[in-house]
Amino acid sequence: MAIKYTCNNNEHQFARRTFLGGMLTGASAVVGGLGAFANPQAYAKLNRDQKRIVVFNMHGGLSQLESWDPKPGTDTGGPTRAIATSVPGIHIADTLPHTAKQMHNLCLVRSVNTRNGDHGKGRYMMLTGRAQTPAADYPEIGAVAAKTLNPPQSSLPGHIRITPGGSGGRGNDSAYLGPKYASISLDGGKPPQNTTLPKSVTEAGDQKRNQFRQFANTSFLERRRTAMTDAFTYSYEQAEQLMQQRDIFDISKESEKDAARYGTHDFGRHCLLARRLLENNISFVQVSHSNYDTHNENFNFHLEQLDEFDSPFATFVGDLADRGMLESTLIVVLSEFGRTPRINDRYGRDHWGNAWSVALGGCGVTNGAAFGATNENGTKVVDGEIDHRHLFHTYLAAVGVDPTGSFDIGGRDMLMADPEGHAIKEILV
Amino acid sequence: MTEIPANRDIKQANVTHQWKHDRPLIACRFDPLGRYVFASSEDNSIQRWTLADEAKVSLQGHDSWVFALEHSLDGNWTVSGGGDGRLIWWETASAEPKPVRTLDAHHGWIRTLAVSPDGKTLASAGNDHVIRLWNIQEGTPLGELHGHERHVYCVRFHPTDSNILLSGDIMASLKQWDLAKEAVSREFDCKSLHTYNSGQKVDFGGVRAIAVSPDGKYLAAGGLHKASNPLGSVHEPLDLMFDWESQKLLQSCVAENIRSVIWRQLFLDNKTVMAVSGGTSGGFLHFWTPEAAKEAHQFKLPRLARDMDLHSDGLQVATAHSDSQLRITKLAKKEA
Repeated sequence: MAIKYTCNNNEHQFARRTFLGGMLTGASAVVGGLGAFANPQAYAKLNRDQKRIVVFNMHGGLSQLESWDPKPGTDTGGPTRAIATSVPGIHIADTLPHTAKQMHNLCLVRSVNTRNGDHGKGRYMMLTGRAQTPAADYPEIGAVAAKTLNPPQSSLPGHIRITPGGSGGRGNDSAYLGPKYASISLDGGKPPQNTTLPKSVTEAGDQKRNQFRQFANTSFLERRRTAMTDAFTYSYEQAEQLMQQRDIFDISKESEKDAARYGTHDFGRHCLLARRLLENNISFVQVSHSNYDTHNENFNFHLEQLDEFDSPFATFVGDLADRGMLESTLIVVLSEFGRTPRINDRYGRDHWGNAWSVALGGCGVTNGAAFGATNENGTKVVDGEIDHRHLFHTYLAAVGVDPTGSFDIGGRDMLMADPEGHAIKEILV
Repeated sequence: MTEIPANRDIKQANVTHQWKHDRPLIACRFDPLGRYVFASSEDNSIQRWTLADEAKVSLQGHDSWVFALEHSLDGNWTVSGGGDGRLIWWETASAEPKPVRTLDAHHGWIRTLAVSPDGKTLASAGNDHVIRLWNIQEGTPLGELHGHERHVYCVRFHPTDSNILLSGDIMASLKQWDLAKEAVSREFDCKSLHTYNSGQKVDFGGVRAIAVSPDGKYLAAGGLHKASNPLGSVHEPLDLMFDWESQKLLQSCVAENIRSVIWRQLFLDNKTVMAVSGGTSGGFLHFWTPEAAKEAHQFKLPRLARDMDLHSDGLQVATAHSDSQLRITKLAKKEA
């Protein structure tokens, strides 16, 4: 019997237009949650071509001059030198010697101008592709990826954040897409909270408890099914699946050799965990690295932080390449903004959104390339200026999602990405 | 140590000269014969001012900032160490100094140099954790010291024993080396100079400045403490004064309500250490003795300072500043 939803929420209805079938249809597409995967052929293709996104979020504002766009020998360059990479003609900072050897798997965007120097606003812009306004809230790229890339049959969450610390739980980052697509936080790289049975509950007892819940649910849903009851049911089912598949989040299952390759510090372990999650077809993983807000002793702190970042990140990129996963995984290294070309009295660099860099790599982008340019001392974008909106479009386009499409939310088309932006065609393949 | 000048009076300190360069300055040193003052700059150059006529000459040779400058005791050689890992020897008094010897000495930055009291050995150290010893006249390697696990911020020789080298790193490990054995003989407990900020996930502080009194009775290790916000420059200077023999901490010398870090220090006499600090509060010369935690005197410099040196006359102090000025402060009553 067809279910009549008491809320008439189109979240639960088939999409009016199918977004899959070519992934990028050219025309605007609407993604309607479960309905998006109604076409078995389309799903088969997706399963074969399962795309993923991994974001490395360099908290605080990574200095472009100490990473992707060094300016040695200029008034803004500081002591940082440029080194050759695996791609002739592309040089990056000497803080990233291991990453330099993976440049053929990366694509630099050196012409970002977000005109913003505020941490909160910058973070929002870079993760949602929109300016923050009181009028509306938009889902982060992780939620959008979970919605558009995660197969509905997947028993695993599609939106995972790995952070150095925190209290765990779900994020408030999916806006109108709903809690189903909100991030699950693996704080300290630990498996999701509450995914082991309390000592006082036996497995048999838990099974009986769940059977009773399902019985009560079924009776209730026959008469009063709503989006809210579905979300409630889904959260129980997902929790159950998480408990059964808890090993996916456990990097102690990785070999000692791999653990040693990635390093024993937090960021190394988190990179290895990210690889493990992506290998298990989780659609979106965000790894945080902290902290780059270096108003004081910028060069010392970038040496310290990037020394920790460089080797595990390069190992991660190399592993994805070796395992054939780069063809289906988009890598993004972003921050909320860059840092001032001007060096302050305390050898620091301050907030700067007017001419900075983001690194991409892997799926859907031209690897071994550098797009855009800043002037000689990095104070201005002189070629290929883009901003957060263009980057957001580009992330989606790179993994085969039409960024001009929309979500059907309660009968209302919500554009996936800011219509004022567009994908950076020059770097898409 | 040079003879203590009779007219030295730290409480009468006053700035006598300031010489401007185009870019912010980093490190500075007088030559041992007192003819010149050298200062490195954010333009990768070194500037040499002649004290007699204020003539300025530029030394070009590094591909990165020069963090460390020292001289051979005879004054013939100026040696610079840079972020390019290179040591460069210059003829101190050349009309147009050019690199005479360039060595790719370290992997990564060279942060610190020191010359032994017998004038034979140059020690260099930095980001590759290794301390390297050189014949300062020939530039030939004499040895390597391994033991630090993080960036080495400071090396200093004992003032009278060329077999003793002291080194400090970011983790505030302060090691005393026996150079004959190429081994650590003692370590001083300087933990209070190190901060790990769990929120920002950074190590900060470390042993930035080491000095031993001329009579060898006291060791001072300088840096910072109260680093509640390392990335935002919220911290205060701290100088740890130890008894050399017993290694007992005699004083934790502080400058309250000043946000800065000690960049360098040296003893003016057997009791008084002079340290330069710079930070959000500006630039300061601090004077401490082993008798008190509070400063014996403090002199506020016009702007934030990054390095300091004492002239062989024992009176003139050079400071390198972020406003591109090299300033000379005299530790004596202002001349009419």
